[in-house]
Amino acid sequence: MSTIRPRDLALFAFVAVLFVGTGLVQSWNVSLTVLNMGLISAIMALGVNMQWGYAGLFNVGVMGFVALGGLGAVLVSMPPVGEAWAAGGLRVVGGLLMGAATVVAAIMAWRHLRRFRTLAVLAILVVGFILFRAVFDPGVAAVEAVSPATTGYLGGLGLPIILGWPVGGLLAAGAAWIVGKTALGLRSDYLAIATLGIAEIVIQIMWNEDWLARGVKNVIGLPRPVPYEIDLQSSRAFNEFVTEWGWDPVTASTIAVKLAYAGLFAVVLAVLIWLAQAALASPWGRMMRAIRDNEVAAEAMGKDVTRRHLQVFILGSAVCGLAGAMMTTLDGQLTPSSYQPLRFTFLVWVMVIVGGSGNNWGAVLGGFLIWWLWVQVEPLGALLMQAVTAGMADGSWLKGHLLDAAAHMRLLTMGLILLLVLRFSPRGLIPER
Amino acid sequence: MEPLNALVTLANFVLIPATAYGAQLALGALGVTLIYGILRFSNFAHGDTMAFGTMGVILPTWAMQSAGIGLGPLPTALLALPIGIAVAAALVLGTDRLVYRFYRRKRAAPVIFVIASLGVMFVYNGLTRFVIGPDDQQFADGERFLMTARDFRTLTGLDEGLALKTTQVITIVVAVIVVIALFWFLNRTRTGKSMRAYSDNEDLALLSGINPERVVVITWLIVAGLATVAGTLYGLDKTFKPFTYFQLLLPIFAAAIVGGLGSPLGAIAGGFVIAFAEITITYPLKKVLGYALPEALEPDGLVQLLSTDYKFAVSFVILLIVLLIKPTGLFAGKSV
Repeated sequence: MSTIRPRDLALFAFVAVLFVGTGLVQSWNVSLTVLNMGLISAIMALGVNMQWGYAGLFNVGVMGFVALGGLGAVLVSMPPVGEAWAAGGLRVVGGLLMGAATVVAAIMAWRHLRRFRTLAVLAILVVGFILFRAVFDPGVAAVEAVSPATTGYLGGLGLPIILGWPVGGLLAAGAAWIVGKTALGLRSDYLAIATLGIAEIVIQIMWNEDWLARGVKNVIGLPRPVPYEIDLQSSRAFNEFVTEWGWDPVTASTIAVKLAYAGLFAVVLAVLIWLAQAALASPWGRMMRAIRDNEVAAEAMGKDVTRRHLQVFILGSAVCGLAGAMMTTLDGQLTPSSYQPLRFTFLVWVMVIVGGSGNNWGAVLGGFLIWWLWVQVEPLGALLMQAVTAGMADGSWLKGHLLDAAAHMRLLTMGLILLLVLRFSPRGLIPER
Repeated sequence: MEPLNALVTLANFVLIPATAYGAQLALGALGVTLIYGILRFSNFAHGDTMAFGTMGVILPTWAMQSAGIGLGPLPTALLALPIGIAVAAALVLGTDRLVYRFYRRKRAAPVIFVIASLGVMFVYNGLTRFVIGPDDQQFADGERFLMTARDFRTLTGLDEGLALKTTQVITIVVAVIVVIALFWFLNRTRTGKSMRAYSDNEDLALLSGINPERVVVITWLIVAGLATVAGTLYGLDKTFKPFTYFQLLLPIFAAAIVGGLGSPLGAIAGGFVIAFAEITITYPLKKVLGYALPEALEPDGLVQLLSTDYKFAVSFVILLIVLLIKPTGLFAGKSV
């Protein structure tokens, strides 16, 4: 991993050409938009690569961890809603604590009791659930009743949104701990299905618990870590600088903001890559790969396989959470209904497989390349369909159908790419070495 | 008559819908479990196989409807079912040839199959949307109700009505027929026995001269049939929308795991466990309790354990608990 092969450099250069080409053909604004999401995708791919590439853990719950990251950004950065806290904040918190206490008590009872174990655990759960609902529900109703059109939730801490990034990572890590405790050590299919399930549970909670983050009503207008376009346009220094170069201030300001985001994201990506590479090259990385390649042998050598799996699963999920928080920051809003597994889980998987599982640079390359394709397949598909249907009579049923169907080329293309790479180049574009 | 009213309400809102839904899930879970038992991987493309097969039913159904061919009170879709099964069979056999057979020959790790099935899922999903679009489609026709709530009330003189939808009855009847046929096939026929032998011990089965490729082909054929029937019944009973079918993957997997992956009997049990849990937990029991309990104890609230929005989450909570306590499921599926 110390030497960089010319082929890898050429691949990165090719991706760079794609983005420059997008800038020249479409616009720099589009190119930078794609680039920013590409940076975030690369980070998600890094997280999945830690789990799959280093350790062979199959996580198809990426979406859940990404969503938790977004939640972290909201909880840290939005201003607290004092009225809602006064109305029922303490009740909500008390109810949650009660629910947690119930679960802990049930687990303790399960571990320590000998006789009537099942009965006792059931009793604890039932009584705990009734108490939890009795305390929690009125609190929720009170909180959600506080001007539901604008707030109706508890709000956040009102801190700078950058702090929300590590918090998002921590939330994801916590969820990963629960999944890992449940399903690691089972066959990999079971882990996959368990992660798929936890992602679904996380999403449903975010849809329905309005007191937490407004549910499907979305939290909008998150604070930004970079200046607003409008402020730039009214700043004299900026205007003078821009006119000196002969640019249009409005376009220049949007590009400047996107560049600022790109800079922030690039710093995070660079730090993560450096950490990931160092980890992979360390004795820890060698141990992880040894476990991945032969679990039985590694276990015989005295490695605690389940523990190491849990560790790397939590780390990878935390990285996905971090990426999710960054994405919410970039969007400036949290829209739980937009989280769909096809986009936030399976697409990341295509990135990792295509880029090269086990190789951090491969995952990053896959992130950029596949994200670019994901965005561009639709216009390309529309072009293709226009070419195909050019000879058909206008207004014919088939022509209209084909033109409409171009919008669904994405999934088909991504699936084909995944299958082709898995079959003919299973080690990806930049293989592990 | 109060307890009777309680029972009727419960049957109307919980027992009957949950039985129909449970039958649909069980048929789906049977497909997943067969793939797991014989091809040894969790097929993520199963929900989309169901969607594709159902599309293969819907298109001929529309053609028949516009040509005036029908079954009278029964939905025309039943007539189109064989066509849909043939379409789905062609699809999965083609996929096996192009995708899975390569990994089978290489004896690849199960997780590679699973990742490949992700790719297949994407492709099926894209194909379905490409042909029929992403929207809701209506294809149910025929008599809507076998018995309406009002008929029931006048018939019995009770306060509460009991509605029986045609699709619910058809679901249950068809599911029973399919399950009996499947178990007869697996337990009584030579091919079925060879499939079970292959599932139990691959090497031993090969030694005794069982042709593995034949077993695989027959498995896919059965799975295509099960998936299409399950998908069509679900579509008739509720609605057809490609994305909903993709989401059905979650409760189907939950059913298969709860029952024990690889165990057909477990898949059926799991399907009903998941369906009943989902519907009971998210159904407001106020009315039922109001009839069943003495007036003094009548509840004030809705007595809904969880909001209906948590339907899918319920199946997964059950799944996680089962994984935690009984990792191989109720009917002790394959060891992990």
